[in-house]
Amino acid sequence: MDTFQWLYTDTVKDHFMNPRNVFNPDEAFVADAEGVVGNIRCGDQMMFLLKIKDDVIADVRWKTYGCASAIASTSMLSESIKGMKLRQAYGIKPADIAAKLGGLPDNKIHCSVLGDKALRAAIDQYLEKNGRAGEFKGEDAVVICKCLNITDKDIETAVKAGARDWHQLQEATKIGTVCGECKTKAEELLHEFAHIYS
Amino acid sequence: MPQHFVYMDYNATTPLRPEVKDIMVKALDIYANASSMHEAGRRARAEIEQARASVAAIIGAADSSSVYFTSGGSESNNTVFMTMYDIGRRTPSRRKIITTSIEHPCVMNSAAYLASEGFPVVYLPVDAYGRVDMEAYRKELTPDTLLVSVMAANNEIGTVEDIRTIAKMAKAVGAYVHTDATQAIGKISVSVEDWGVDYLTMSCHKIYGPKGIGALYVRPRSPIVPLIRGGHQENGVRAGTYNNLGIIGFGKAAELALKDLPEFSARLRSLRAMLKDGLVARIPHVKVNGHPTEVLPNTLNISFPGAEGESILLSLDLEGIQVSTGSACASGSLEPSHVLLATGVGPELAHGSIRFSLGKYTTEEEVLYVIEKLPPIIERLRRMSTVSATETAAVN
Repeated sequence: MDTFQWLYTDTVKDHFMNPRNVFNPDEAFVADAEGVVGNIRCGDQMMFLLKIKDDVIADVRWKTYGCASAIASTSMLSESIKGMKLRQAYGIKPADIAAKLGGLPDNKIHCSVLGDKALRAAIDQYLEKNGRAGEFKGEDAVVICKCLNITDKDIETAVKAGARDWHQLQEATKIGTVCGECKTKAEELLHEFAHIYS
Repeated sequence: MPQHFVYMDYNATTPLRPEVKDIMVKALDIYANASSMHEAGRRARAEIEQARASVAAIIGAADSSSVYFTSGGSESNNTVFMTMYDIGRRTPSRRKIITTSIEHPCVMNSAAYLASEGFPVVYLPVDAYGRVDMEAYRKELTPDTLLVSVMAANNEIGTVEDIRTIAKMAKAVGAYVHTDATQAIGKISVSVEDWGVDYLTMSCHKIYGPKGIGALYVRPRSPIVPLIRGGHQENGVRAGTYNNLGIIGFGKAAELALKDLPEFSARLRSLRAMLKDGLVARIPHVKVNGHPTEVLPNTLNISFPGAEGESILLSLDLEGIQVSTGSACASGSLEPSHVLLATGVGPELAHGSIRFSLGKYTTEEEVLYVIEKLPPIIERLRRMSTVSATETAAVN
């Protein structure tokens, strides 16, 4: 990427300047589900609104407080999930969104791509409202600690329950207590989730 | 490229002014080693001593031999802190360091290094405008204080500190006093004699001179330990072959900055007021950061709740306007500006802050262009934001 031209790719720039599916209070969009993640104290917050029909995302709106890549990644995600099955949308990862944007700087993928989490929060809310709580749980999980089969979802759960450093994470999950090879990756995730759920 | 190019980041660095550039082009031929005894060396040395006198003049130093050339502000600050390390490690009974919570990272990290070596380090709180909390300072100023280091003017919010009073109080307990005047010189009147400081840091590239050159003022008989050891240049305080080109450029930049100061300061103050009034009138729910009167004439820091700083910066960038932000998202860290947080501005407002730093080449047209372009940018970002500007403004 030619950093002289701009900080981000042309696709990011396009979605930042012309974001798609932004919520407009005047259009009376009635959502079947809503998900909010992030914390304005950390500089990013995101809200997803979904219209759902037969387990397919019929329409979507969003709002974001955040940097250019936060805005662009949410816009891109909103475009790509229209008409998508809930189950498939549930498994979207930050790296998938970054790839569609033609790449993002490394330090931006962790802190600014929150759209997938807001989307999952909305889908979780929808499932819960319809008596199907937890139906997709685990399907989107990635194993981080191979020795003990601990996934990113387990780390997320531990952070939601209050773990904020490596020691607390180990107390909650026993992660990295065998070979310890996963520590770097696990700490990255810990940092990311702490950012979202603080 | 956008049609306009409006540079409003003069606190980050300044362009080389043409008069300085001209003299530097000529100075490219002054190749002789200024330490040499022969004629060519003596000629180079004369140019350097003339530059030293100009640099001494801009800080009101009575004796130009108390000015030592360095590679810039960071080296000057490091030299002072490492001198204190050298003194303090021999005298554990006096090695407390008092600085502030709004210093440049260079001073912050130098102080943190001394703290890691066991020195007691205090970061003084500031008030809502960024002025040092004098009551806290008075309490911390104990007889074991070795150094008080307070910046003369803040780079982010432009607040000017009362160095004269701070130095006087420090002297009363026998402490040394350092001020980082990197953002002050050329913008406000600076006098080491009036202020009574032992050390003062300067950088050349903030006053329309070249990068890679700065200076440290050291009061005669105040201790100084070289950071860079080697030859006998700069009275053994700073080794290394004289940087003829940089020093000569610095001399000219300092000479012109001192001459221009009254006119510069009046003109920038009026441009700043114009920008501030224009933005406050056209954008609802903004907060102007920094001191209302004790502030650099060129620096305007504003928070726009509901809009995030990097998004504002990049939107302005697409209109050809260059500014900086205290948002964490632009710096790659998770924490927003430590300066704004220290003034009690909440993280919400710190993330949405923009620093406009105006300069010598800023015009009324440029200020009007920013006043025209910014309101729709803030409105657009606020419309798509999860955060309401009024709520955030109320929180803070």
